[in-house]
Amino acid sequence: MITRRALMATLAAAPFAGARAAAAAPPSTGGRRRFPNPTLLTQDNERVAFYDDLMKGKIVLVNFFYVECTGICPAATANLIKVQELLGERVGRDIFMYSITLKPLEDRPAQLKMYQEMHNIKPGWTLLTGSADDCELLRRRLGFADIDPVVDRDTANHIGVVLIGNERLDSWMACPVQSDPKQIVTSVSWMDR
Amino acid sequence: MLTRRDLLKYGITTATLSGFAPRWARGDDGGGATSPFVTKPFIQALPTPLVKSPFSSGPGCVDRLPTTGVKAGPAEHQFIDREGCAPVLAYTIDVHEAFHTFHPAIPPTKIFGYDGTFPGPTFHARYGEPITVRLFNNLDKNHVGFGVPSITTHLHNGHTASESDGYPGNFHDSGTYWDNHYPNVLNGFTQDPPATDSGECMNTLWYHDHRLDFTAQNVYAGLAGFYLLFDDKDCGDETNGNGFQLPSGEFDVPMVFGDKLFDADGQAVFDFFNLDGILGDKFSVNGAIQPYMEVKPRKYRFRFLDAGPSRFYALAMSDGSPMVRISSDGNLLSAPIVQSIVTVAVAERHDVIIDFSKYLVGDKVYLMNRAEQTDGRGPTGNLLSPGDPLVEFRVTSFDRTDVSQIPSTLRIPPPIRRDLAVTTRNWEFNRGNGQWTVNGKIFREDEIRASVKCNTREIWNIKNGGGGWSHPIHIHYEEFRTLSRNGQPPQGFEADRKDVSVLGPGDETQVLFNFRDFHGKYVMHCHNVVHEDHAMMIRFDIVP
Repeated sequence: MITRRALMATLAAAPFAGARAAAAAPPSTGGRRRFPNPTLLTQDNERVAFYDDLMKGKIVLVNFFYVECTGICPAATANLIKVQELLGERVGRDIFMYSITLKPLEDRPAQLKMYQEMHNIKPGWTLLTGSADDCELLRRRLGFADIDPVVDRDTANHIGVVLIGNERLDSWMACPVQSDPKQIVTSVSWMDR
Repeated sequence: MLTRRDLLKYGITTATLSGFAPRWARGDDGGGATSPFVTKPFIQALPTPLVKSPFSSGPGCVDRLPTTGVKAGPAEHQFIDREGCAPVLAYTIDVHEAFHTFHPAIPPTKIFGYDGTFPGPTFHARYGEPITVRLFNNLDKNHVGFGVPSITTHLHNGHTASESDGYPGNFHDSGTYWDNHYPNVLNGFTQDPPATDSGECMNTLWYHDHRLDFTAQNVYAGLAGFYLLFDDKDCGDETNGNGFQLPSGEFDVPMVFGDKLFDADGQAVFDFFNLDGILGDKFSVNGAIQPYMEVKPRKYRFRFLDAGPSRFYALAMSDGSPMVRISSDGNLLSAPIVQSIVTVAVAERHDVIIDFSKYLVGDKVYLMNRAEQTDGRGPTGNLLSPGDPLVEFRVTSFDRTDVSQIPSTLRIPPPIRRDLAVTTRNWEFNRGNGQWTVNGKIFREDEIRASVKCNTREIWNIKNGGGGWSHPIHIHYEEFRTLSRNGQPPQGFEADRKDVSVLGPGDETQVLFNFRDFHGKYVMHCHNVVHEDHAMMIRFDIVP
């Protein structure tokens, strides 16, 4: 269960604190070209602009998931929780984690909230939903669609990578979400230049 | 020797230029995005990378190298003090950012370059002349865009100690340097008595970045160059009757192919979010988009290299003339093979002889890429007609005799001793949840997937797990001999030595290694470098 205190921290820290920090960061290059800027909803039913609020000027980790996934997601989420622990207080301060739902019609903010509490996901890691079109746009633009349409329709075996990037440096990589958490943290450090 | 008469027998008659009209640079070859530039082809000459000069020579040459910055490694070099291994030449390479012009119509493009150039300078090395190369990482630590200012340099094909092999985890950051020791020795040199065989000489090698998880980005940014290794037979002198007399000097031309995509500012575009493999719509050769080359009516040796990241080539002459292939992955074949289409997968190197003597002064003939490829999965298998022109050859006059030869026998490799294999291993290259795997597992730098006993032979079964993907599999350190492809004996060039086993969809090959001399960690990986960076790699260690 999420504590009231943690919940307050969530509300206080993410994602708007990050957006303010980004305003002071050096101008990024290519980001607006690289990323669409649709409005999404967080687990707390807050409206956020994908590029302006979540990506711009930040170090981020992004993956896709859905609440009722019994395939790769439970292990992926467990792994990312370890990543979040290892990254410590920087998550929510200058490193941000995002999980975007693959099933935006089913996973509304209330379902995301439940998932957050069930897994005791800490502040700085935001679960996101939106319109079906917007989520699909992001899924495709961020490389989470399989080139084979038959494989792509098989949601139970969806793509299990986590994008890691530094938007300010326009530096990006992807690694398997089931990688050793220490390895993922090392990868984040390569983006932290 | 293959004579002109022999060539005629293979169907090369008089020049039959068919009125072929090259397509002007197309906006899109189906790979997706389009560079917003019209690049008129054949308006710039084929660039030739500079030949690298040593910084110092003789005993103690390494001690005289500059020491700017922090030494990142290695702590020690195996066999560096052994007779025949101590460096007699020492080189420096300054890795830094620079601006490179791919085509006059495209603004200068920021690159990562060995000595700031793309391709990097060409090494001319010789068996029996060990060298050390000190690589200074002077990339901007605040670099913005694809590529990371962190490098590790692999000499592809080299019989090189682990610490000098550009192991992916041996990367070093801006402001540091690393020494690679290339002994230029034959395999088996440490056995007592030395069990070397000149049939294992390697000749066309290349060096490139191998940074863990960033190989595709850093090589696409420009970190690639040739390393030509000469010996008594492939001696680089066509007038030397004791050698093979292959075309040499200005008639020995390395060609590195790389497809690029540019943005409106002329900067190369790397699609971070495409994990299938990326394609460009502009074809560069030695860093120039669709160059021309003036050729004399005589024989040339071309050393073809596909530097990727993900495109496969099917090279052909526009008039259908055959080429004489003399090597596979930089290893001279037992005997030359006449081919009208030479396929080159990422990281493969194939040397061919093209004889322009049948053409008339003023004739033009084109080197074409006929492979159809529409995405990162690999070639479709269709041959385009005519395909995309890569180079325009313009035939000029020649007032000397062509003394170069194409020997009917080249390099006879040692016999295959399958009976001496002590271990068989199975490797399946697959995809699951959009992740690239080997035997279902992703690469971990600290996980040794095979421990190979030094001075033993092993059989590896290498299988494509399917899904319609092509995977050119490269195994570091030792050349292999192919025992079978899909259960059948290898055909043509694949029967000789190689270091890339190309797996088309559903393919399975069986290869034999003889691991010798050095100990330490090495890798096997898919050389669609986008797949490699997304964990389609294993670590194997050679142990005493």
